[in-house]
Amino acid sequence: MTDSAALSPIQTDAVIIGAGPCGLFAVFELGLNDIKCHLVDILDKPGGQCAELYPEKPIYDIPAVPVCTGTELTERLMEQIKPFHPTFHLGQQAESLAKLPEGGWRLTTDAGTVIDAKLVIIAAGGGSFTPKRPPIKGIEDYEGKSVFYAVRKMEQFRGKNIVVAGGGDSALDWALNLQPIAKRVTLIHRRDEFRAAPDSVGKMRALVAEGKMDLKIANFSGLNGADGQVQSITLVDDAKNATDYPCDTILAFYGLTMKLGPVANFGLNLTENMIPVNTENFETSEPTIFAIGDINTYPGKMKLILSGFHEAALMAKKAFTYIHPDRRYRFQYTTSSSDLQGKLGVEKDSSKDAA
Amino acid sequence: MKIYLTDMEGKEHELMATEEWTVMEIIREGGIPILAQCGGSCACATCHVYVDPSWQGKLPEPNEEEVGMLDGAFDVTHDSRLACQLIFTKDLDGLKVKLAAGSV
Repeated sequence: MTDSAALSPIQTDAVIIGAGPCGLFAVFELGLNDIKCHLVDILDKPGGQCAELYPEKPIYDIPAVPVCTGTELTERLMEQIKPFHPTFHLGQQAESLAKLPEGGWRLTTDAGTVIDAKLVIIAAGGGSFTPKRPPIKGIEDYEGKSVFYAVRKMEQFRGKNIVVAGGGDSALDWALNLQPIAKRVTLIHRRDEFRAAPDSVGKMRALVAEGKMDLKIANFSGLNGADGQVQSITLVDDAKNATDYPCDTILAFYGLTMKLGPVANFGLNLTENMIPVNTENFETSEPTIFAIGDINTYPGKMKLILSGFHEAALMAKKAFTYIHPDRRYRFQYTTSSSDLQGKLGVEKDSSKDAA
Repeated sequence: MKIYLTDMEGKEHELMATEEWTVMEIIREGGIPILAQCGGSCACATCHVYVDPSWQGKLPEPNEEEVGMLDGAFDVTHDSRLACQLIFTKDLDGLKVKLAAGSV
């Protein structure tokens, strides 16, 4: 279901940016209208905020589902859209969008995937999830050189004097994984309690006890260096004492935040980082580009998952007229339409007849 | 009833406060930008505020979930709270809080 860089552009009816609940349900509504979809999401899993922010937290306002968690909602949507065989391009950011001379759009991701689609559905929620950047002046000059928010190649950290900041699984996992190859690893965290898996915390404490790793309880409040090379990190302890602690590499893991990202450069009108749409079909200022879910705005908008579901249904009705201009739109119910049931793969359920 | 909010520029705003609302909602309703990306479900740490020391001890203690979520905030101190977890009551009339970096 996932691919790497494609050699020739993928051809499809619709590309959906964002695999959160609205993007997933759009697959269903488009599928009922015989429209094939590809989805792109920066996270490595479907679900969007439901997967990243509140996988275990309860949601109580999905119609007819008194309670489910973010993970459960995602799983149910994945089950519901299975008959339509969408293709997911996960762990990739939708980077640029260009109009094709023959009509339609070319979407390129940061992983080099190129998708040519007649329609673009932006279901990007609050934007792309990206690592939180410490609010330290000038830190951007060091990013990718000596300050990192992710580890791509462990080898680049061999022999380094590393400070890992954070108290969750990412921080603990990388502190433990890099400890054998680094010159020295120091873990810094604001308190002497960790949310990471107890097993990792135990391993970290053992290494600290053996003198093979350092642990400092302090906030990451500043850094010093030149030309992108960190020379020390400023740590502020509980009593607000600041010290400059020498290091040549900083890895900061404070979780993810949402940023609109490259969608801002797609040439669409924006209102306070949201995309204005009409409420008849949720098309943007650009015909054949739609925006549904939290990313759009219109008078009376409520940022609820159920709003996004409704928007997906109306969007799909308009999408049908673009993809099947030769056909007449037919309004049908899944309860009674053998045509729709056929698409859902439930048409010939003879077991029920036999019962 | 009111709360007083100091923004990132150090400017103080007097905001109308409503009982039962969270401080995050009061800030947002007052027209002051605050990220609060998860919408108030204690899942993102982007509504981090500092409670004025004069209010120290007058607020309900944070629960374990809030303390844990503060790990995802920056420059956390003993005055740090998540505004979405502070429910405004009449006892908090006049509460003073300051927005933290990373919440706007």
